Amino acid sequence: MCLAVPGKLVAISGDEDGPLCRIGRVAFSGVVKDVNLAFAPEARTGDYVLVHAGLAIAVIDEARAKLTIGDLEAMDTAPDGAGRR
Amino acid sequence: MELVDEYRDLAQSRECLRAISELVTRPWTIMEVCGGQTHGIVKFGIDRLLPSEVSLLHGPGCPVCVTPVEMIDSAIDIALSPDVIFTSFGDMARVPGCETNLLMAKARGADLRLVYSPLDALEIARANPGRQVVFFAVGFETTAPVTAMAVHRARAERIANFSMLVAHVLVPPAMEAILSSPERRIDGFLAAGHVCTVMGTEEYRPLSERFGVPIVVTGFEPVDILQGVYMCLRQLEEGRAEVENQYVRAVRASGNPTARDMITEVFQVVPRRWRGIGDIPASGLGLSPAYAEFDAERRFRLGRRDPAPEGECISGLVLQGIAKPMDCPQFGRRCTPEHPLGAPMVSSEGACAAYFKHRAKNARAAS
Amino acid sequence: MSDDEDAGAACPLPISDYPEILLAHGSGGTLTHRLIESLFIAAFANPALEARHDGAVFEIGGTRLAFTTDSYVVDPPFFPGGDIGSLAIYGTVNDLAMCGARPLYVSAGLILEEGFAMAALQRVVASMKAAAARAGVELVTGDTKVVGKGCGDGIFINTSGIGQIEEGEGISPKGVRPGDIVILSGDIGRHGMAVMAAREGLEFEPPIQSDSAPISGPVLALAAAGIELHCLRDPTRGGLATTLVEIAETSGTGIGIDESAVPVSDPVRGACEILGLDPFYVANEGRFVAFVPAGEGERASRILAGDPLCRDARIIGEVTDAPAGTVTLRTLIGGSRVLDMLSGEQLPRIC
Repeated sequence: MCLAVPGKLVAISGDEDGPLCRIGRVAFSGVVKDVNLAFAPEARTGDYVLVHAGLAIAVIDEARAKLTIGDLEAMDTAPDGAGRR
Repeated sequence: MELVDEYRDLAQSRECLRAISELVTRPWTIMEVCGGQTHGIVKFGIDRLLPSEVSLLHGPGCPVCVTPVEMIDSAIDIALSPDVIFTSFGDMARVPGCETNLLMAKARGADLRLVYSPLDALEIARANPGRQVVFFAVGFETTAPVTAMAVHRARAERIANFSMLVAHVLVPPAMEAILSSPERRIDGFLAAGHVCTVMGTEEYRPLSERFGVPIVVTGFEPVDILQGVYMCLRQLEEGRAEVENQYVRAVRASGNPTARDMITEVFQVVPRRWRGIGDIPASGLGLSPAYAEFDAERRFRLGRRDPAPEGECISGLVLQGIAKPMDCPQFGRRCTPEHPLGAPMVSSEGACAAYFKHRAKNARAAS
Repeated sequence: MSDDEDAGAACPLPISDYPEILLAHGSGGTLTHRLIESLFIAAFANPALEARHDGAVFEIGGTRLAFTTDSYVVDPPFFPGGDIGSLAIYGTVNDLAMCGARPLYVSAGLILEEGFAMAALQRVVASMKAAAARAGVELVTGDTKVVGKGCGDGIFINTSGIGQIEEGEGISPKGVRPGDIVILSGDIGRHGMAVMAAREGLEFEPPIQSDSAPISGPVLALAAAGIELHCLRDPTRGGLATTLVEIAETSGTGIGIDESAVPVSDPVRGACEILGLDPFYVANEGRFVAFVPAGEGERASRILAGDPLCRDARIIGEVTDAPAGTVTLRTLIGGSRVLDMLSGEQLPRIC
């Protein structure tokens, strides 16, 4: 269950009504949509966020986005990141 | 498109397939538990690219497939009630209830509106104060914080004409039910990446340890799926059974605490009936007492429905990987995408619909 | 069963499975095709209909003519990049072009709902006038009806058209041959996404524009350059995939398409990703596919690319004889998948 799409946060509008109403403008390949940022309080302009049904559910870690199969062949990726090899 | 195209890259995919071929020494069966992953596998033709030793099974990872029949019938009843605007994700529109589906209800006069977000449904409620607006809240833990947000706002803003028909389901209890089945033939799992974006990865450790199966948290693009398969196969070939994370760019072990707080605030864990599988304790989410007034089942005084007879659909066996779609006597005969007898034939990522397309192609090739 | 008997038609398919018409019967997918086959073609069988092409082709006194009709019920009537008026003109012009005809004359029948704003009607008519001028056709006859409030969705338009075929013979799905090259005239998905966004209130910025346009110009340029045209079709409702499946099934050939060769504009790409839609099934109103002999593909693409409407024209696939009646897509990662017709309209999904 889970169509969530990465987009670039290009602007953040005010959250006068509280952090649950913080809205961002997110660009997906040439179209921009308003997205609720309540679940991504750490998101900043320029970040990529993962958007599901109108809400950002994560900020994408771009540094870890470059993982290739070569990297995987060379290392271990247990959730806590502790290397074994 | 950034952060998408890189994971649909031909060269990367070929590298993954090479690594998988070099790794595999015997047959393995891996189940993926998310409709989004099934969709990706079918859309990009991944299963036919993998070496023949690797079998992919499609599990109960799609709300289309697992929402109980009685819930669909309740949705249809509410949609046909006077002065109701029934809002839903598009996925549910063609799922068969006992006799009909939401789209056919619309043909009979139901005001059915398909929405992209539950927040859009809330907006419809604000714009139509004289009508009851009901949102069909289906989906796994990925979607629960989003629907929770809608109800939370409804309460805060006193939008009294909004309610939700809640049918959320949880992944780990379903995996446990599958793993507990004596007939299961699954060696490893790909866990649903976006579910884990919200919930984190810790709750899969007990399953991995207790049943001795590798569980790899995996994304949805072809390179993600191939990397996830590789990592799972590597564990199997090495005799390990751990939780690993392929989808590191979007999943942290601790998940998304703000989103989980919203789930805890609005929902409580309840037993849930899974279509084709049966009752699984503590496997669903329902509105907590503080939000009970927004429960559409209460507002529309729907009684508990008796479980509908399963009929000829063997979806439960298919969803658990015990039977293949072709094992079903109705597959391709009385059950087709135009006349689905059950849920896995409805959605493009249902196991039966996916097999149906391949079968049609092979049949034409043979004739 | 009495309804079937009244129709006086042999109905081999169980349309009685659906006692009522559903929206899916109009979406261009399998239910539409079943309805057409089992009810209309069965009732009116004749060679022109049997060709199952966008228009009927016949000869009168040595002159070959093409004749077509289409109805337009688009909601909302005004959308970015066009409106129901221009759509009604271009749609019929394009169907004539798909027969290889030079469009000449069109008719227009309007069904208006009581209460429809006069100012809106004036806008529609002005748009039709401009579209006819751009397409080089004359609107020579028409009709207007008004139905009571609640009995029609604002405005419906039917247009019919006549054109003359000067060059080319048998341009229809049955003209497709193994070895043919498949050319697509431009990027896909704009019209369907523009209308859906406008109708469902999905706000994309900038708004996605429909590609609605007359494509007879580039088609006639191909014919004038001596390109042998085996088949032409515009991928309207149901999208590129549905059009290719129709052609494969009617011609009994196999069609192989390269996913990486099919252009999709950035905004359409983004909107489709967000809603979980496949651009291959989204309607277009200013695009066409052309089936030309092997060896003519490059030349035809170059000719098309010279027209501003077809800048992104390119070869997207080829025709084989197996598996017959099937469209196979070579995916971005080198896999393959069969493209089928959908049962109904593609719906936004969350899963």
